Amino acid sequence: MSKLMGTIREAIEKAGLKDGMTISFHHHMRNGDYVLNMVLEEAAAMGIRDLTINASSIFDIHEPLIEHIKNGVVTQIECNYMGGRVGKAISQGIMEKPVIFRTHGGRAGDMERGASRIDIAFLAAPCADPMGNLSGKYGPSACGSLGYAFSDAMYAKKVVAVTDHLVPYPLQDASIDEGYVDYVVQTEQIGDPARIVSGTTKITRDPVGLRIAGLAAQVVKHSGYLKNGFSFQTGAGGASLAVAKYVEEMMEKDHIKGSFCMGGITGYMVDMANKGFFDTILDVQCFDLKAIESIRENPKHREISAMRYASPAAKSAAVDSLDVVILGATQVDLDFNVNVHTDSNGYIMGGSGGHSDTAAGSKLAIIVAPLIRARLPLIVDRVLCKSTPGETVDVIVTQRGIAVNPRQKELRDRLIKAGLPVRDIRELKKMAEEIAGVPRPVEMGDKVVAQVLYRDGTLLDTIKNVAEI
Amino acid sequence: MLFLPGNTPNMLINGDTLGADTAIFDLEDAVSPDEKDAARILVRNALKYQDFSGCEVVVRINPTDTEFWKKDLDAVIPLKPDMIMPTKVSGGGMIREVSAYIGQVEERSGIEKGSVKILPLIETALGVEKAFDIASSDGRVAGLFLGGEDFTADMHCKRTKEGQEIFYARTRLVCAARACGIEAYDTPFTDVEDMEGLRTDTEFAKSLGFAGKAVISPRHVDIVNEVFSPTEAEIEYAHDVMDAIEEGKRQGKGVISLRGKMIDAPIVKRARQVLEMEQAIYGGGCR
Repeated sequence: MSKLMGTIREAIEKAGLKDGMTISFHHHMRNGDYVLNMVLEEAAAMGIRDLTINASSIFDIHEPLIEHIKNGVVTQIECNYMGGRVGKAISQGIMEKPVIFRTHGGRAGDMERGASRIDIAFLAAPCADPMGNLSGKYGPSACGSLGYAFSDAMYAKKVVAVTDHLVPYPLQDASIDEGYVDYVVQTEQIGDPARIVSGTTKITRDPVGLRIAGLAAQVVKHSGYLKNGFSFQTGAGGASLAVAKYVEEMMEKDHIKGSFCMGGITGYMVDMANKGFFDTILDVQCFDLKAIESIRENPKHREISAMRYASPAAKSAAVDSLDVVILGATQVDLDFNVNVHTDSNGYIMGGSGGHSDTAAGSKLAIIVAPLIRARLPLIVDRVLCKSTPGETVDVIVTQRGIAVNPRQKELRDRLIKAGLPVRDIRELKKMAEEIAGVPRPVEMGDKVVAQVLYRDGTLLDTIKNVAEI
Repeated sequence: MLFLPGNTPNMLINGDTLGADTAIFDLEDAVSPDEKDAARILVRNALKYQDFSGCEVVVRINPTDTEFWKKDLDAVIPLKPDMIMPTKVSGGGMIREVSAYIGQVEERSGIEKGSVKILPLIETALGVEKAFDIASSDGRVAGLFLGGEDFTADMHCKRTKEGQEIFYARTRLVCAARACGIEAYDTPFTDVEDMEGLRTDTEFAKSLGFAGKAVISPRHVDIVNEVFSPTEAEIEYAHDVMDAIEEGKRQGKGVISLRGKMIDAPIVKRARQVLEMEQAIYGGGCR
């Protein structure tokens, strides 16, 4: 028995790709991914049409998708995040069917319960053996964790692994095992290593970003959750990392030992764990080279699937045990709803990813963002897109003050008692508008270009096209 | 006290959010001669449109031997900054000259005379020797401010992290200020990356009697605030002192002791200072 295919075309043919099918991809190759483009180019050359692309994320490198949409090769996209290049085209209304946005946990959960069906999964595999044991930890295109690929491997009808680093059978330390994989294709390169991960991720030097991070860390300190057993997730952005730095200083000072840190993992979180501030790293995605090295070498650095991370269909997921998460926002409204899907002009440029999963699961969800960004106030009457429901958001931290969700009265009292600058969210909005003015409302068109599904699969919001000026 | 270049809009607009008790908008060294106009307009507009009510605002103006200083005062005095910082102050005469011109602009703008205070920047050997003369020169003078970098250049010596070379200037300045009943503020620590060095230098300045310290990086604000803030134990002790005094009064005692030690006037004065700082820190402000 041989699973090894000579070319991507051969694998596509063997897997039986036909018009109208749904094919899936994971995004661990991030903005360096070649696999999605290679597969679509081949499918287009074969004359296949009307495909649905279910990718955990779409990045700018996937710009060729725009032509495939215009040519009818791709007629629908399902994803959890979409970068600005493809996002802008979608917002301009180039596709008939709306994009379906899910969350990281929601995508895995929908596959698990059969609400989202995949005909063929094409899995970029930085390391594979001829029988389809797969790992992200080794090879020239190493990406570390393969967290978002597990559900595709387990639930797609056919699974094709695409690798540029084929090793003899058996690959030790495989993340996805051969039992799930139908075919293996070796290609020259599955991605651009420089764009798969960052060399290093750095803490911001922007004084305003640092001030926001300092205040967010104070919120963590006085929330009551910063004690032995503390669990924590923060993003890879400079300001989120700065929160981690300040939290680390507090943990060191008060001799606090945390239980786990989670999420997209950076070298900074690895260092915190290595210094003993956390027992375990739960890693669904690695963001830099240090994180990849750590997941390969450190037995306490555990790879977890998107299901284990955040699936609402599972009996429990790691987000349900998370104490504190630090998240970003492009807009927040007076009901604490958060937009991370569109920019302030209404163009798609993001997505929930794990935003609403972690906000829902964690005990304390903190949004950090500057009160004014590029002359536009952060806080608006109504967000252009409801990505994360306000009921799950606890605190908004800006450089001019902290707004606490009225549902969290006890937390609000604690923060006031600690002397932190707690303000009503309306007051923060007014402050920003006094400086930047009230922005003119954004005019959206009538066509629905995207549906935003909440993690349980219900419709949370729709995104309309942007009316061209 | 955080120095912010007068020609950086993002810093001016956020100047009051960076944790410092005082924002010093700089029109002098941080601004090149061809940018002076732009910086002056920016600072004026920031003062006009921005609410700095939670933060004290000082404007550092250009030296009195340049063509800029009067224009600086013309632009900013009508907007009532808390203080003006004249630079390279070498004697009381210079302060009286600046004060008189501030008075003229105040009068022209219909502002109550004397409302804008002066915080002289002393950064020459002559200035240090005349510290008392400067401190007592005019009713507007609210404090003395040491500039260690220019001072060491004037002294023909090297500026070091240890700061032995400015020890005399520091103590002379604090003594002159205290003799006139005003505050003294210490020179910035200029290595932006060296947080331990900053802490040591700040602790030393506090031990000499300085009331605060300038910083040139927002990243230095927290450590300086921490060093100059009373500790929880100090606050608790100050409350205990005041409680013991109240209790003593009620019982009609002449001599009051706390934890086996007699409470005398200096202890009470120190406790009052700590409680005033507690009020200033926790009762509002920039943070």
